[in-house]
Amino acid sequence: MKMLDMVWKRLQRRRGKALFVLLGLLVGVGAGVGFLSLTQALSLEIQHKMELYGANILVSPATEALSLSFGGMSMGAVSFEMKELQEKELSALSSIPNARNIAAVGPVLLGTLEDGGVRRILAGMDFGTLSALRPWWRITGDYPREGQVLLGAETARAAGLKPGDVWSVGSLGWKVSGILEPTGSQEDFMAFAPLSEVQSALGKQGKISMAEVAALCSGCPIEEMVAQISKALPNARVQAIKQVVEGRLQAIEQMGRVAAGLSGLVLLVGALVVLVTMMASVRDRASEIGVLRAIGFRKRHIAELILVEAGVLSCLAGISGCALGMLWAMAALPFFSEGHSHSAPTPLFHPELALGAVLFSTVLGLLASLYPALTASRLDPVEAIRSY
Amino acid sequence: MCFIRADGIVKRYGHGPGSVEALRGIDLEIFEGEWVAVMGRSGSGKSTLLSVLGGLNSPTAGTYKVAGVELYALAPEQRADFRREKMGFVFQSFHLLDYLSVLENVMLPLVTSSMPSRLKMELAREALERVGLQGKETRLPAEISGGEQERVAIARAIVNRPLLLLADEPTGNLDSATGEQVMELFGDLHCRGMTIVMVTHSEQWASMAQRTIKISDGRVIGNYPTGCSFESQFQNS
Repeated sequence: MKMLDMVWKRLQRRRGKALFVLLGLLVGVGAGVGFLSLTQALSLEIQHKMELYGANILVSPATEALSLSFGGMSMGAVSFEMKELQEKELSALSSIPNARNIAAVGPVLLGTLEDGGVRRILAGMDFGTLSALRPWWRITGDYPREGQVLLGAETARAAGLKPGDVWSVGSLGWKVSGILEPTGSQEDFMAFAPLSEVQSALGKQGKISMAEVAALCSGCPIEEMVAQISKALPNARVQAIKQVVEGRLQAIEQMGRVAAGLSGLVLLVGALVVLVTMMASVRDRASEIGVLRAIGFRKRHIAELILVEAGVLSCLAGISGCALGMLWAMAALPFFSEGHSHSAPTPLFHPELALGAVLFSTVLGLLASLYPALTASRLDPVEAIRSY
Repeated sequence: MCFIRADGIVKRYGHGPGSVEALRGIDLEIFEGEWVAVMGRSGSGKSTLLSVLGGLNSPTAGTYKVAGVELYALAPEQRADFRREKMGFVFQSFHLLDYLSVLENVMLPLVTSSMPSRLKMELAREALERVGLQGKETRLPAEISGGEQERVAIARAIVNRPLLLLADEPTGNLDSATGEQVMELFGDLHCRGMTIVMVTHSEQWASMAQRTIKISDGRVIGNYPTGCSFESQFQNS
């Protein structure tokens, strides 16, 4: 028989008291793990939505002249008639440290055309990257190839055009490959053609007005990527488009902080429960401790007995609290989450969180039992035996 | 050969005018293999004397040697080791741990030792056999009688093959028939060469020891061999 066997036997015979200590920490750990899992899952979901949102970084020339709205997003200052970027400069993006987090880079050249007395924005784009940059676009017809144009819903309606017709603007003429379904944004009033076509039409070969970058932000801080791109393109102004989700992310962060505070409070109460219960246990076991001291247990052995018992219980509380917290988070997630249909499956089991919770619970239980253990080891054996 | 030697042992509880002197200069010699009974009224200091002899209660003054070792000159942890290796304790209320089986209770003094588990088990079985409790190893203390519990307590006290067995009213909670069985067990251990110091209220059980020491108000007032009563010894002197 070893010390651990003694502890285990005692726990088996004193299940009620053991359960009380266990519950104290279990509730705390469960609440902590639950809240953390939930906020982590919600953050992941938001980040995933950011990815679905398309481009989340805009690269534009470092000038301020004309503010445009494009794609329902603020592009900041884009001066398409005064200054452009060189398309080849974009190759520098592949050398940034977080290059692997770049899903797509879409160069855009913007220009204006007179269409029946109305100025229309013509955008030259790389349509190969659109699935990543504009995942919400729905097209009647096809994406444009050479000599073709894609019209925004309003542009097509005003010109009375449909796929297959020819869109004539001044001396230029393009076959309409498709019509973009209404997006409710500036895009409805625009026309889109392959980048090289627009560069030729506008006489701006090799130039672009801006570039859209889709960054996979689950594994990278977008601000860091903006800084890296700014460094790689010193003549460009780089902005993160996250206004739409920023508010919600902030709310989740806030919720996470509140949750952490609450969990801390519950854990503190749990630690107090452990302290009080272990102190009561030491008082109850005074005669036992006295006998053990009399038959040759050192003070260290007595402290060890109390601490091993607390450690075993705290570890068990950590494991069960972790499981409980994760189950609770799994059950609660649908009530806090939105638009589950297009969300990626959110992982709720985080091994590092589970390991951290078990370790934290064990350390907390041990710390809370330190005083009772010291008290037990300092008991006078003669007095302790008499207390029976 | 003198196995225990106590000179001028004083034990005072508390300080100042409110302090209580439980032992007031005890001088004592006990020989190796001797069985000594300590008698006295309640509050006379006999249990305090036993705790001092057991290395559990540092005396306020005086020197105490057991097996040639000045026990209170040792550090507390070394004293604990000495108790584990050289002494055995039997308490009046048995003090068995109710969550451990009979065998596990007997093994308790060996828990902190580094000997292999198999050897611990063997020693515990051997001790149980010596007190006649073989076959009851897996029982819990609550599942056996008071007399059997006392025998488990004795087995626990002798499992480490101690040189000195200290017993504080070992028959105090037993009926006379069971008490007699326990005393026979003590007699057997004494025959095997164990030094025994036993506190008792009973003249009957004290008469089974070789020598009786009478204590009153923290002082030895009688020290005589069995068969020679306190009064006759007093008259002879």
